Amino acid sequence: MVMEALLKIAVLFFFLHLSIPVNSSPSQHLQIINAERRIDLNSHIIKVYLTLKVENSGTSPTSEVHLAFSPAEAGHLAVVKAAATTGKKKKKTYVPLDVKSAEIPDGPNGTKFFAITLLTPLGKGESITLEVLYLLTHSLEPFPEEISQSEPQLVYFHDSAILLSPYHVKEQTTFIKTPSARVESFTVLEPTKQAGSELRYGPYDSQTPYSYSPVIVHFENNNPFAVVEELEREIEISHWGSIQITERYKLVHAGARHKGVFSRVEYQTRSGASGVSSFKSLLAKLPPRVHSVYYRDEIGNISSSHLRTDFLKSELEFEPRYPLFGGWKSTFLIGYGLPLQDFLFESPDGRRYLNFTYGCPLAETVVDKLIIKVVLPEGSKNPSAVIPFQVDQHLETKYSYLDIVGRTVVILEKRNVVPEHNIPFQVYYNFNPIFMLAEPLMLVSVFFLLFAASVAYLHMDISIRKRHGTEQINHVWSLAVIVMLVCNTFLS
Amino acid sequence: MAATDAQSSLRHAFGNVLVFFILILIGVLAFSIRLFSVIKYESVIHEFDPYFNYRVTQFLSKNGIYDFWNWFDDRTWYPLGRVIGGTVYPGLTLTAGTLWWVLNSLNIPLSVETVCVFTAPIFSAFASWATYLLTKEVKGSGAGLTAALFLAMVPSYISRSVAGSYDNEAVAIFALIFTFYLYIKTLNTGSLFYATLNSIAYFYMVCSWGGYTFIINLIPMHALLCVVTGRYSSRLYIAYAPFVILGTLLASLVPVVGFNAVMTSEHFASFLVFILIHVVALVYYIKGILSPKMFKVAVTLVVSGGLAVCFAMIAVLIAMVASSPTMGWSGRSLSLLDPTYASKYIPIIASVSEHQPPTWPSYFMDINVLAFLVPAGIIACFSPLSDASSFVILYIVTSVYFSGVMVRLMLVLAPAACILSGIALSQAFDVFTRSIKFQLPSLSVDSHVDAGGASSESVGPDDTVKTDKTEDAHKERTSKKSRKKEKEPVEKPPSKSQIKKRLSVLPLETSIIAIILLVLLGAFYVVHSVWAAAEAYSAPSIVLTSHSHDGLHVFDDFREAYAWLSHNTEVDDKVASWWDYGYQTTAMANRTVIVDNNTWNNTHIATVGTAMSSPEKAAWEIFHSLDVKYVLVVFGGLVGYPSDDINKFLWMVRIGGGVFPHIKEPDYLRDGQYRIDSMATPTMLNSLMYKLSYYRFVETDGKAFDRVRRTEIGKKHFKLTHFEEVFTTHHWMVRLYKLKPPKNRIRGKIKKTKSKSTPKTVSKRKGLKRNPF
Repeated sequence: MVMEALLKIAVLFFFLHLSIPVNSSPSQHLQIINAERRIDLNSHIIKVYLTLKVENSGTSPTSEVHLAFSPAEAGHLAVVKAAATTGKKKKKTYVPLDVKSAEIPDGPNGTKFFAITLLTPLGKGESITLEVLYLLTHSLEPFPEEISQSEPQLVYFHDSAILLSPYHVKEQTTFIKTPSARVESFTVLEPTKQAGSELRYGPYDSQTPYSYSPVIVHFENNNPFAVVEELEREIEISHWGSIQITERYKLVHAGARHKGVFSRVEYQTRSGASGVSSFKSLLAKLPPRVHSVYYRDEIGNISSSHLRTDFLKSELEFEPRYPLFGGWKSTFLIGYGLPLQDFLFESPDGRRYLNFTYGCPLAETVVDKLIIKVVLPEGSKNPSAVIPFQVDQHLETKYSYLDIVGRTVVILEKRNVVPEHNIPFQVYYNFNPIFMLAEPLMLVSVFFLLFAASVAYLHMDISIRKRHGTEQINHVWSLAVIVMLVCNTFLS
Repeated sequence: MAATDAQSSLRHAFGNVLVFFILILIGVLAFSIRLFSVIKYESVIHEFDPYFNYRVTQFLSKNGIYDFWNWFDDRTWYPLGRVIGGTVYPGLTLTAGTLWWVLNSLNIPLSVETVCVFTAPIFSAFASWATYLLTKEVKGSGAGLTAALFLAMVPSYISRSVAGSYDNEAVAIFALIFTFYLYIKTLNTGSLFYATLNSIAYFYMVCSWGGYTFIINLIPMHALLCVVTGRYSSRLYIAYAPFVILGTLLASLVPVVGFNAVMTSEHFASFLVFILIHVVALVYYIKGILSPKMFKVAVTLVVSGGLAVCFAMIAVLIAMVASSPTMGWSGRSLSLLDPTYASKYIPIIASVSEHQPPTWPSYFMDINVLAFLVPAGIIACFSPLSDASSFVILYIVTSVYFSGVMVRLMLVLAPAACILSGIALSQAFDVFTRSIKFQLPSLSVDSHVDAGGASSESVGPDDTVKTDKTEDAHKERTSKKSRKKEKEPVEKPPSKSQIKKRLSVLPLETSIIAIILLVLLGAFYVVHSVWAAAEAYSAPSIVLTSHSHDGLHVFDDFREAYAWLSHNTEVDDKVASWWDYGYQTTAMANRTVIVDNNTWNNTHIATVGTAMSSPEKAAWEIFHSLDVKYVLVVFGGLVGYPSDDINKFLWMVRIGGGVFPHIKEPDYLRDGQYRIDSMATPTMLNSLMYKLSYYRFVETDGKAFDRVRRTEIGKKHFKLTHFEEVFTTHHWMVRLYKLKPPKNRIRGKIKKTKSKSTPKTVSKRKGLKRNPF
């Protein structure tokens, strides 16, 4: 019960891409008094913090506020979160709100909407401050598309200076934060101001619904554009006390493609000026008490990794075999074991559940396709997964060490995963502990039969000729075999 | 009598159980001593050839056996390709593939790589068991156990069978010993059952390794020896004739051997002896049915007629053989018969370090104290000489010769040395312990039974030998009887008394000291073998380590380069490198290579050698004509890795020059010396290999000091016009260059007008180059 309540909160807190869109038209009585957007372009995951002050100027109370995204943004949207703020500056409290996909019939073509459900309907004349955070991936377009080793990486960022919104916006400002002050160019839409690494568009007054004014910012961004094209995490549960995790990565540098020469001498001697957009090491945050970590690829171990463990977390700092320049790819595999009691629990109704973190352990990476495979022990039944967001689920069967009926594998697939998705999920299943003994018993019986067969063979005379003098030998042999048999039974 | 009989048989049975457990322990030892490479490094395939075998096994496990036979591999020898199914000895891959298939059908999901890595240690355990069986047939189970123990950890064999060394020899040594065992077994028993098994074991050996020619020559030699020394018996006939017929039929089933099994000179000895043994058998048969007088007449008749026919046949045969240029022998076999052959005619064979003759220290390194025990073992084999022991003597003599020709054949010597050392040691122990027993009165009561029990196994074969000598006509029957164990108790009393008679009792102190010394010798051997297994032979050679003051340093450059190639180049790109790296490139990087370690096409290798030794422009043209996109060179100058391409360069020149005469070795040598410093010849400094190795090397330390050659390089600042560096590994050990695309036509035209001489020389070179494509 407690768990369910917790889950509900999680679901409330984290909701997007619901398959059934809510079909409703936005209340035309709402208007946005003040909108402030802060776009953080530091990494290749773009974070947009949107503060909206919404007022109900109509007559009827409304409980939904809509957000609009242009088609380009909608395709790259990874996470949308919303919270209502109450209180003044110091004593601000955030109440997470439910966000779901919505459709508005009269919206412009291709515009995607999300509806924020307010906890209490907004009455006439009332206003509320909403904090919205959304993350965009793959939205920085490298230009030039190909760079040589000594060049920095320049990227385009396309957006609108004016917030796309189904509502009338009274006043708005957009701040764009670039990683450095090196901004090649940007669209000027007065009033526009650049100060250091911050670019300000606005304030603009009184914009009609669905106003849009495209701007382009062309700036330098040398942060690693580490994208995992596909990540397969296999979580294998063994009730003998361990969870074994195998993660298969297909990593790519998604920035401007490397062109021409790669000179090791330049890379080694002029590390500050050469290959600035490349990266050579990555950081994976693993759970605490991790053990037997390995890091390898299809041709063997990769020896460049360091593991730091403490009580709260383990950090694996590792380098791919070679530094990754734009467009270069690498595949590798990280595996580790975890103690079972940290992640597997028994729910009050007798079912067992795995509580594990979704998402990718690598810091600051986008995962285009994440496949999580939870391999349940042999003999477990009725698996069900509880995940706070939308994923594709299906079941498979896997045969591992000496399996006969196979293990049920719960597969959870999701596209466009960012570090914000690293939240716990649960897989419930029924398991009878007697199945733990199936394989040892099987081995015991196989060896038993083997020895019994050899005893029988030694005592039987199946040859055509008569044999003499071998009985004694056979007795000793069968004695030895029986001893082994007993040992085997006891040992296993 | 009955009580003692029961007691002795119980003792016997107890001995058998003990032997069984000792053998299990020896197997475990043989397996685990080879795991140093996994523990110290990682579970990975080693070196060069194992990567090819691994790749073939992967293909086999993925596509199945029929696709494997028909596999045309277009990833190697571009543009020729290679028919893998017809040119590979399939034994190893089929063995590992079957192993993998069995494990997977039992739902034990081991990867192909794991199975491949551990195939060699598993088969080492089998090989030591086979050694036990073989030595037991020769000198009893005491010698067998000692020999098995020796073989389990003989460094020479360890060097080829550590975990990860997934090469043909890994299973072939087992097959070799087992074939010999079955031959001896047949010889001792005269059983057709074992003769058939022998052919099957031989078939497995033919599947596994080209070294099967050793068997098909050694066994005929032994048969011949037996016939010549008057040891012909029907057992010999049963051991030999079915083996040749069945063995040859089975051998020709292996695609890579095929009709070679009857058409090349390596196999002729067996056929000649086959004919001879039939003649001898006929003679013995006729001798049996005719009276001595009649027999003499018959002999004169047959000899006069038969000899003429024989000579005529032999003459025809010799003429046929002589008509082929290499006398029907393959290059490798010829270089065995004539050790100077390879260095004279085939630089490719000579360039392989394992084809060089060994040095004396390598004998000590590889077989250690066995080298001292072997002579004693030979003496032990002569007293008394039996069919089996004469075979072992012949085996050691021939293998000593072959190991003297090629280092890699030390591997064939190792089992022989182990067998003989086992015999020597066990006989020595036998003598010493017995003399101790005789002199300690308290033990003398037991000594009768003990001596009988301990030597009963060792006496077994001797018995048959004695019966052979005495009862010529009935020997088949008696041997058959002696095979059945029922005969043993009957024969024991005479043999026991014989031993007692023979026993030369040594002084007690001498015996004790001698035993202590022998144990020390054995201990030394164990220490040395473990050291060799742990330190000398466990490095996988694709990853290098060095210990410096700040800890262990790992050089993983090869895999870095291969991983880069596999992920960041197009799937169909062709990579040119010296042939050493061909197998690894296809297996690890999955890219098409021009030449690889199979070295079947000398011209193709010479083309690459020529390109490497040519100036940049000419090299670019050769590579371009081969559709090469990347060139891989191995360079050890920065970290001091000695087996790099600059050190192999002279072989490239030699092999290239062997086919394309415009490459002349003296052009690369200054006063006969190979050097890369400022005294180097301009041809050397302008060669592609030099340029690709040292491109921008001077920028690392400012002086361009080569740590392998311990000198500053000759030409430090130069630019590449037709190649561009695309990747260099962390320690510069592998450098990858990309061929620049051909220049635009318009610019080429301008150049032509500018300098008319260049195209001329190029075209001239083209004519000379005799490029096969």
